[in-house]
Amino acid sequence: MSTFEFPPSITSRPVWGKLEPRAGKSHLMIADAEGAEALLKLAQADGSLMTKAHIMYFPGETGDTYIGKLEELAPAQLYIGPSYEAAVPRLRRTLAGAHMGLQVYLTGTESLMGQAMREATDAGIPHTAIQTEHRGSVARRMQCVHCKGITENVMTDPFVCSHCGLNLFVRDHYSRRHAAFQGVCVDAEDPGNVPPPVELYS
Amino acid sequence: MTIQFNDETFRDDYTFRNSQWAIDRFPFPFHEDSYMYSVNMEQHQGGPAGSIFEKRFDVDEHYVSEMRDRALVLAEDPLRCQSLPHMTLAGWDLLELIMVSKSEDYPDLFELHRDGDRWHWINRPLGIDQKFTFMDEATLPYGPMEYITRQTQGDFAVLDQRDENLWMDAGIVTTQADWSLDFDIGMNFFEWHAPVPLAAEMGIFKRALKFLMNIQQGAPARRLNWTMTVNPRLDTSPENYHKWGPQKMTLTPENIGRKQHLRVELQTFFRLPRSNGLVFPIRCYLIALEDLVTVPKWGRRLHRVIRDLPEELAEYKGFTANRAMIVDYLSKFDDGLPTSDGIWPDKDTEPPLQV
Repeated sequence: MSTFEFPPSITSRPVWGKLEPRAGKSHLMIADAEGAEALLKLAQADGSLMTKAHIMYFPGETGDTYIGKLEELAPAQLYIGPSYEAAVPRLRRTLAGAHMGLQVYLTGTESLMGQAMREATDAGIPHTAIQTEHRGSVARRMQCVHCKGITENVMTDPFVCSHCGLNLFVRDHYSRRHAAFQGVCVDAEDPGNVPPPVELYS
Repeated sequence: MTIQFNDETFRDDYTFRNSQWAIDRFPFPFHEDSYMYSVNMEQHQGGPAGSIFEKRFDVDEHYVSEMRDRALVLAEDPLRCQSLPHMTLAGWDLLELIMVSKSEDYPDLFELHRDGDRWHWINRPLGIDQKFTFMDEATLPYGPMEYITRQTQGDFAVLDQRDENLWMDAGIVTTQADWSLDFDIGMNFFEWHAPVPLAAEMGIFKRALKFLMNIQQGAPARRLNWTMTVNPRLDTSPENYHKWGPQKMTLTPENIGRKQHLRVELQTFFRLPRSNGLVFPIRCYLIALEDLVTVPKWGRRLHRVIRDLPEELAEYKGFTANRAMIVDYLSKFDDGLPTSDGIWPDKDTEPPLQV
């Protein structure tokens, strides 16, 4: 099962929804890994969306699992990319050419949704108008408050900053601008006293 | 009076000291013997002569040294001062507000001469003499917000008002109680307050937001907030937490009176005329416990407040580890006598410590 019920948290933490078909002139769908399942479900709910859909998909570790099924949906444009980072110029170009009536659907990991959300809001789409659905990994994209470096795919609390090497604890405080949660030095007051890492949500 | 500016540091050797004048006018934040969150707003329309509430932007003996510390922080980390592109107009609003207020409130220290959009600003304590064109960024060495706030004590959050909310879209933050402008910039009022425990459940933020969105031009408001800081350090930022955090472990019963400081924020709120933004200056005042307890009423009261504070608040304010030692120290200055209402020292009417 690729869905996960996030525990209630503070107000800066994003709350993800469920994708549903909305009327629109065109539909931009961005997904990674198990996010494909949410797109398949969306197409089931309203297959006519796909004739006006541009899907950008990053399979990651799921490899070929969902690619055939996405192709069967016959979207107007289907882009399978090696990574979100590689696709950012394409996404910006797509958003720059977008018209009123565009619907945006984001699904997959929090990192993917957060970063794509930032691109869409930078392009002038209010974040409240963008649909999301979490699927797959619960790993977090973390900003180190000390060195400002981003560490992707954080699965434990605490974790080691991939840039400056400090041991950071994982906060729920979230910045849409950074598309990241905040990591803060866990042993600042008592250097060296680092608790053993625990899997997130365990 | 003419202010004698101290030459002091807020880092390394920590030579910061309060004079008797500064102790007597310290903004003690507790109006009764206990503390809980509240939307404790009042009008910011002056106050008793000599008090920190009297002027719109209080200037005190720490001014010159605080501005030197701010410059050091900004040189280390320029991200402490940021302004999203749509906030430049609010920056000019802020520059005007401060220049006009300071030149009117402290004519011996600051002068502003205006001839249309050709302005001439003189800041005597910092030795600045600047001619510039109002609303023309190219005529100042920094953007307008950064320019004027490098010359004004306190952090500044400049808020945009839209969609029935306030958005932290610009600011300069070098003397903060552990929050990151770089992380919080762009957030709305509820989002940037999200990490504060208990207060949201109490409805504090909803009421505060409603109040703040209705602040009108010429009718600023203020409140006090507080925390505790080991050593008189202004830059208690999350960015440098791993550098100042270990200092919390250096308290001993012998040095606590000198090293442990009560940190009080005077928060004020001004509507900005052109941008309809809201500026939120957060001015930090520090006092060593050993100085604070020279006022008998404050010694009695601070002991009772810290002793009875809910654990979540001590945790959030970051002094849980030292709380027992602080209470133990302060207990020596609490003889159990009743205290008078309000924040003022009442030195002439409150009895001396009974030992």
